[in-house]
Amino acid sequence: MRNWWKALAIILLVYTVIAGFLIEVPKQVILYESIRNLYFHVPMWFTMILLFLLSTIQSVKNLSSGSIASDQKAIEYVNTGIIFGALGIITGSIWAKYTWGAWWTNDVKLNGSAITMLIYLAYIILRNSMDDEQKRARISAVYNIFAFVMLIVFIGILPRMTDSLHPGNGGNPGFNNYDLDNKMKLVFYPAVFGWILLGLWIASIRIRISKIKEQIES
Amino acid sequence: MRIIITIALFLLSMLSMAQDLEMAEKMRSEGKIYVVVAVLTVILIGLLIYLINIDKKVGKLEKELKK
Repeated sequence: MRNWWKALAIILLVYTVIAGFLIEVPKQVILYESIRNLYFHVPMWFTMILLFLLSTIQSVKNLSSGSIASDQKAIEYVNTGIIFGALGIITGSIWAKYTWGAWWTNDVKLNGSAITMLIYLAYIILRNSMDDEQKRARISAVYNIFAFVMLIVFIGILPRMTDSLHPGNGGNPGFNNYDLDNKMKLVFYPAVFGWILLGLWIASIRIRISKIKEQIES
Repeated sequence: MRIIITIALFLLSMLSMAQDLEMAEKMRSEGKIYVVVAVLTVILIGLLIYLINIDKKVGKLEKELKK
């Protein structure tokens, strides 16, 4: 079975939805049942970061070999990653409203992720603005690598240096310390894996479609 | 006498409230959370089946192109 990982994605996601709502969670003031958002909001970001990382790898490949196929893979990974990022921002916003009290706060991680999304939107616009295939591939590959470096700075480094409302950032203890007990891990890890597989699945379909398009055009 | 009983009852109710955090236990004991789980499972499976169909359609196109 070549598509076993797609079946695994389905099993993990169905498990996430069922177990995610039924398994007991630690009782926390402010958070209450909304702690279950951890199974859905956080994996969106993990999936986005992985897709962007894969895109960066394809861009490096493109620069080293000049392969147009790599450039196509790079853009489709970003296209899919953007969707997950947008879902991450929207779900985070809803969660923030009912725990932190506002749809949007000036939290470093929130602004950092918003800037990251804009950087990647700029990548798509930049790539679409050029017609020459080789030139488009090379320039957008350079920009794409730069974009991932910015992602690391804005999502990975800056939130840890200043105060942040997010767990695990800026003196705020991580979920691991006391909130994420073993029961939650039983759902959280499969959830992360399932959502990542779903992201890879969607990206793979997009890549195949773009290959078909190219074959038709040539 | 009545006042004492009232105060005692009030304190008792305070005690029971302080004992544990009220989460969604009521909803769960009535079993309604299962409705949400069912709805979400249906939506998720529906979308996944849709994705499988798209996957198959792309596969067909790939086969046609190979010919």
